[in-house]
Amino acid sequence: MTRTPDTAAAQRPAARRRKPLFVKWAMDTGWRHVVAIAVLVFGLVPIIYVVSAAFNPNGTMSSTNLLPTSFSLNNFQKLFTDDNVPFASWFMNSLMIAIPAAFISIFISSLAAYAFSRFRFKGRRPMLLFLLLIQMFPAFLAVVALYLIFGNLGEFYPVVGLNTRLGLMLVYMGGALGVSTWLMKGFFDTIPKELDEAATIDGATHAQIFFGMILPLAAPIIAISGILAFVGTMNDFVLASLFLTDRPEMTLAVGLKTLTAENSPASYFGIFAAGTLLTSVLTVAVFMSLQRYIVSGLTGGAVKG
Amino acid sequence: MLDQRSRTAGSATAAGLIIKIAVLAVVAALAVWAASPLIAAEAWWGLALEAAVVVVIFYVYLQRRAIQLKYLIPGTMLLLAFQILPVVMTIGTSFTNYGDGHRVDKEQATEAIIAAGVQQTPGGTTYLVAIGEDPAGELTLLLTDQADGSTWAGTEAGLTELDGATLDDTGRVTAAPGYTVWDLAELNERQAELTALAVPTGPETGIKLQGLSAFEGQSTRSYSETCDCITDSATGTVWTADDDRGSFLDEDGKAALVGWRVNIGAENYLDVITDPDIRGPFLGVFTWNVMFAAGSVLFTFAIGLGTAMALNKESMRGTKLYRTFMILPYAMPSFAMLLVWAQMFNRDFGLINDLFNLDVNWYGGTWSARAMVLIANTWLGWPYMFLICLGALQALPADSLEAAKIDGATGMTAFRKITLPLLLIALTPLLISSFAFNFNNFNAIELLSGGNPFMAGDAVGGTDILITYAFRQAFGSSSADYGFASAISVFIFLIVATISAFMFRFTRNQEDVYS
Repeated sequence: MTRTPDTAAAQRPAARRRKPLFVKWAMDTGWRHVVAIAVLVFGLVPIIYVVSAAFNPNGTMSSTNLLPTSFSLNNFQKLFTDDNVPFASWFMNSLMIAIPAAFISIFISSLAAYAFSRFRFKGRRPMLLFLLLIQMFPAFLAVVALYLIFGNLGEFYPVVGLNTRLGLMLVYMGGALGVSTWLMKGFFDTIPKELDEAATIDGATHAQIFFGMILPLAAPIIAISGILAFVGTMNDFVLASLFLTDRPEMTLAVGLKTLTAENSPASYFGIFAAGTLLTSVLTVAVFMSLQRYIVSGLTGGAVKG
Repeated sequence: MLDQRSRTAGSATAAGLIIKIAVLAVVAALAVWAASPLIAAEAWWGLALEAAVVVVIFYVYLQRRAIQLKYLIPGTMLLLAFQILPVVMTIGTSFTNYGDGHRVDKEQATEAIIAAGVQQTPGGTTYLVAIGEDPAGELTLLLTDQADGSTWAGTEAGLTELDGATLDDTGRVTAAPGYTVWDLAELNERQAELTALAVPTGPETGIKLQGLSAFEGQSTRSYSETCDCITDSATGTVWTADDDRGSFLDEDGKAALVGWRVNIGAENYLDVITDPDIRGPFLGVFTWNVMFAAGSVLFTFAIGLGTAMALNKESMRGTKLYRTFMILPYAMPSFAMLLVWAQMFNRDFGLINDLFNLDVNWYGGTWSARAMVLIANTWLGWPYMFLICLGALQALPADSLEAAKIDGATGMTAFRKITLPLLLIALTPLLISSFAFNFNNFNAIELLSGGNPFMAGDAVGGTDILITYAFRQAFGSSSADYGFASAISVFIFLIVATISAFMFRFTRNQEDVYS
């Protein structure tokens, strides 16, 4: 906790009044550090605990302390060798569901966003409003109906029925549409329409304008909506737990829950923590690399309103 | 403007044309693939629907007038199928008695009751049985004919041939595509459902379970259309159909185990008001639901704002470092961290009891469980609040704060009179949507407490919110009541819609988004 430049500058002419200056620093900046550190402790304790549990050689909860006492990769090893814990396939399942679902739904949303942003047609306003409304009802509220729909669908098309990854993917794709269409429409609106007009005069078709000009220009917002859809899908528990019940078919969220204390022997706690840590590496890396965009994306909406 | 011009200049390039033809060819191929099972099952309505979809797609991409449709169609179809249809179906189901005991139609229910009276006839077919669920989640007998080894799947709706089943040495089915086969533990757990199950095979014949085998035989029961009733000639019991309730009732008014699906009007909704057994728990759940959502928003906002105020000073060192670490809880996968928090509150070895030297059974008492859920949910939510508060603080007009300073307002006064009101104006929409999100925060409750604590004999847990309550009604271990669960979902829809409407009124300048 060093002195800030302006207090340091003010210190020279009044070097004798050292104590009041410290008080002033504490009033001005010091308390800020105190608050920040206090909140950080609250924020980081569970994360440190997970790290400590993951590297704890015993793997039981009773032998895990907040700060690690010894180090071993035992739990990570078990994560990939224990027959009861098909962690690698859970990880793959999550990725294989979340990545295509995010890609396809973002592509479809960008198509719709282009139509809403660049064309004027009858029913445009009601459709936009409706989209805003429907996205406030998360897909899992209709979970009973989804369960029945896919139960019926499975009788005709076993590939998309319950207990299939494709079926779950379809639900996720539908769920992400509303939000990302709105997000992208907002961004497309900021791309000057004069660009479209110039391109049209040069003989470009609407498809060429969209794929050749709008999509590349909108790359940042596409990345953000894609990541939001991806993270949302990764974190879903309710639909995944209902759709995928065979152990090797589960996603990370459903699979990791089976390793917790009420479902598994005590020694699985370390394995659970190791799995959590590996899952986190993925999302934390994504967040940290896009920190700037995410912060401005979140606050953009707030400050504009 | 644009659409008019592209109408004249819209002649597609060669590459575009090829792509278009390729995409339409894929659509056509998919349509043929999708049609064959529908034809095989003689599901003509499904086929008509499918044909209509294909016609619309072809029309939209071959016409040249309404170009926007080409961009809207994929999203619209996906939205219709997986968002709007489920919502409509939920509303429809909420007016029925659909659930365990009321899954099938009347004819199938009649057959099932008759089949339940089946007595073994000498020389009748016998089967080896495995038990499980079919792709739709219905209880199914997976049968192997002991005479010729053919495999069948039987539900209370009837018998269908089973293809591609895996058999063990004795000939019992161990796996079949699309079906889940239960192990012994699950069999024991669901014994009660099994004894009631019978598979109808003809007007008065059926297959009945006996241990781990089954036999086909003649029923002692018969249905008569004149009295709309079923008579058991062996016991003399008469069940009369009650079309309002979807059940066959015997002389004492006791319903037979299998009923059928009927429209019961607003009964699922009225039950909440009139049935004291439901009203009490429901009101409790609702109150806690509001408290949970409001508490989550309040605590996360308080901590987030406090931290943002603290870090909102340019001359302060280390703000960047602080911020990076503060985003960390937000960047961790939330489902995993919820599970970690659940472990941290473990009574015997959990970190919280360890650190503070407590011996609290967090899951045991309603209020300790509620406190736990709120603490963990606050941890998950405050970094988000911190980020948006910091963004909003930095965007505050500097001149009004400056003016306040000149007028002598400093510290708390300036914060209370200037900063906070300005912040609230900017952040209210986000606070409301955070409330709406937490109102339906299924993950937080299900993964943290699973609804615990459950008092003896109660179907509702102390930390259950409406959405987890509905989920338990539909998919919990006790019998499924899809109708009632759907009614609760609709109720939640209405609340969220009201909140959203309020939000729209609040942010009128949303309007200029449409321009």
